[in-house]
Amino acid sequence: MDFSYSEEQLMLQDSVQKFVQKNYDFDTRQSIIDSAEGFSRDNWQLFAELGWLTVPFAEEDGGFGGSAVDLIVMMEEFGKANLVEPFMPTAVLCGGLIAGLAQGERKGQLLTQIMEGSLQLACAFAEGGSRFNLACVDTSAKQEGEQVVLNGKKIAVLNGPCADQLLVVARETGERTDRDGVSLFLLDPSTSGVNIHSFANVDGKQSANIGLSEVVVPAINRLGEKGAALSVLEAAVDRAIVAVAAEAVGALDTLLQKTVEYSKTRKQFGTPIGTFQALQHRMADMFIECQLARSIVIMAAMKLDSTESAEAKTRAVSAAKSRVGLAIRRVGQEAIQIHGGIGMTDELDVGHLFKRVTALAIQFGDADYHSERFASL
Amino acid sequence: MNADFSAEEKAFQVQVREFLQKEFPAEYKAKIDANIRLSKEEIVHWQEILYRQGWAAPSWPVDHGGTGWTHAQRHIFATEMGLIGAPEPVPFGMKMVAPVIMAYGTEEQKARFLPDILSSKVWWCQGYSEPNAGSDLAALKTSAVRDGDEYVVNGAKTWNTYGQYADWIFCLVRTDTTAKKQEGISFLLIDMKSPGITLKPIVLLDGHPEVNEVFFDDVRVPAENLIGEENKGWTYAKVLLTHERTNISGVPRGKRRLRALERIAADTDDGFGNTMMDNAGFRGKLAAVEIELLALEYAELRTLAALSVGKAPGPESSILKVVGTELAQRMDELFVELAGYNCLPYLPEQFEDGFQGTPQGPGNSASAALTYFNNRKLSIFGGSNEIQRNIICKHVLGL
Repeated sequence: MDFSYSEEQLMLQDSVQKFVQKNYDFDTRQSIIDSAEGFSRDNWQLFAELGWLTVPFAEEDGGFGGSAVDLIVMMEEFGKANLVEPFMPTAVLCGGLIAGLAQGERKGQLLTQIMEGSLQLACAFAEGGSRFNLACVDTSAKQEGEQVVLNGKKIAVLNGPCADQLLVVARETGERTDRDGVSLFLLDPSTSGVNIHSFANVDGKQSANIGLSEVVVPAINRLGEKGAALSVLEAAVDRAIVAVAAEAVGALDTLLQKTVEYSKTRKQFGTPIGTFQALQHRMADMFIECQLARSIVIMAAMKLDSTESAEAKTRAVSAAKSRVGLAIRRVGQEAIQIHGGIGMTDELDVGHLFKRVTALAIQFGDADYHSERFASL
Repeated sequence: MNADFSAEEKAFQVQVREFLQKEFPAEYKAKIDANIRLSKEEIVHWQEILYRQGWAAPSWPVDHGGTGWTHAQRHIFATEMGLIGAPEPVPFGMKMVAPVIMAYGTEEQKARFLPDILSSKVWWCQGYSEPNAGSDLAALKTSAVRDGDEYVVNGAKTWNTYGQYADWIFCLVRTDTTAKKQEGISFLLIDMKSPGITLKPIVLLDGHPEVNEVFFDDVRVPAENLIGEENKGWTYAKVLLTHERTNISGVPRGKRRLRALERIAADTDDGFGNTMMDNAGFRGKLAAVEIELLALEYAELRTLAALSVGKAPGPESSILKVVGTELAQRMDELFVELAGYNCLPYLPEQFEDGFQGTPQGPGNSASAALTYFNNRKLSIFGGSNEIQRNIICKHVLGL
């Protein structure tokens, strides 16, 4: 048993910490969010140079190793700094889908482009009626000879506005929630019939709703076997869940730390508010939440890296996402409450972290959804 | 990073498991599964079995007859004991007074007291809390006045667990009334047969006199029973309180109880033609408890891993007590919810050996309310959960 990070993981952590300290103060982050693309291409190039974009990938795919523990080391640091660059959508989620489904030369090309930093990707899986069920797909894919015609509406496509390519989940056969019949297509967003409605999320992240109307893609753009993409999609999303949960753990740590600091300096009734036991015990509870959240995310990452069954892995991931979802509510709300009015303002980073973790709690399924998924297995 | 035990540790796990399956008496296991209390003789008998195996004191050093186990081995042992339901040795001698004697006692005191603790010949109880000194333990007033080679002890201790079984009591007593309250306290060992000691049982909410009030009326205690220096007792007691903060989360026991909840839920009608296992609300609560147990298990493993590489158990381990006890109490609530009417008849005798009645409902439904009442103690004893939160604030958050 060993819960310490390896030498390589410590170096990775150090490298992210140094970058963040140098390049990611609150004002810089705000100016990045306010920029046209909502993230910094320069930063992204730097990520590539630092080798960070190889972290999600296995060595045989040219990556750093692809362990989930490596991933949480990075994501925690990203979370602490509330980093906005689309690492999760491009490298973790879409990278995982390509590594799991694409074949041969195309796979090599796409992965190389991701790791070099020259490709932005977004995965369109969610729909208006799907909530968090990945098998619920109304978007249709009809094969006509060498082509496939896509029709449907996708929502909540993170990094959709800036994606060079989209990965679209569509149904080829079966009923709305059947596990069989779901395929994944690589789609050029400039294709005729693709209508991208871009917007910023509450946490400043770029997202999109995407309409697909008689969109024609070559059948060779189907990644993997026809109608058999769901299990790979679920596995890739499970990995992405551990990534966002780790990001939340980092962000919650910052929220706790900033709240404790503030309570030591903010005076009311002639004394720092941190001397009031009514607030102290709430901060102790925030600490407990942070520790439990971190513990269960480590558990899930270790399970993903283990040789246990797919079901055991899914259970672990859902347990983690559910528990972190609770921690997000408790720590996030208390951070705002203990800061009082100043915590409500747009000028303080605490509120921005609160918004970010709230989005993370919803992403890929909230606490209740994952508690139910956990119980059903 | 990995949560796996080494090959040696796995072999040890198998050894412990086989030992428990063979040596933990089947009739005790049956009683524990049926929520029947073991008698003093049965508890002592079980501890003697562990003693003969050389496993009576997992945390003691080899010099004193302990196992010399690593933290991982102790964890494995406690886990296997918890999973099978075998009671851990009564902590007052083994885990509480013995480490203080080892650290601060004289060679004579070590030779006199430690072997009998190890072999379960002597049953110890704790004399800390007083009617007016609970969380504010240093406010204790029981006095010990030196008179020649003796101390004369007067006062009252309370919440004394199983004092009715005890041969000896370790006490915090006030030896200097003029000093700051923490600085006038001494650590004194007292024979329970001493003239002037009387015991008054305190019946708890489950009808069982698990604890006592102990009165000291001019009790004469040989001065050689003082541990360490006079007026340094608070320091020694604090060491004891930070001792053994691992294996306190109750994860193995929690796992056993979770399985029991699942079994009872599957056997409990929901009144609409299904069982409580089909009740979405209940299943949600059960899942939440199971998830919390996982988080707690890994929080404890992280503490254990830190200990294993020589780090001291930090005040962070206070969270194990808080979360472990609050989770156990959540499970008590679920047992009550499943039991419904079945737990309302007041039957304190159902925990006693030889109980002839037929408790209502599946599994241990009939005892759910009494267990729920009794386990409210969990967040009160061992430093109340509010005190644990104070520790986190002071020593972790710097508040």
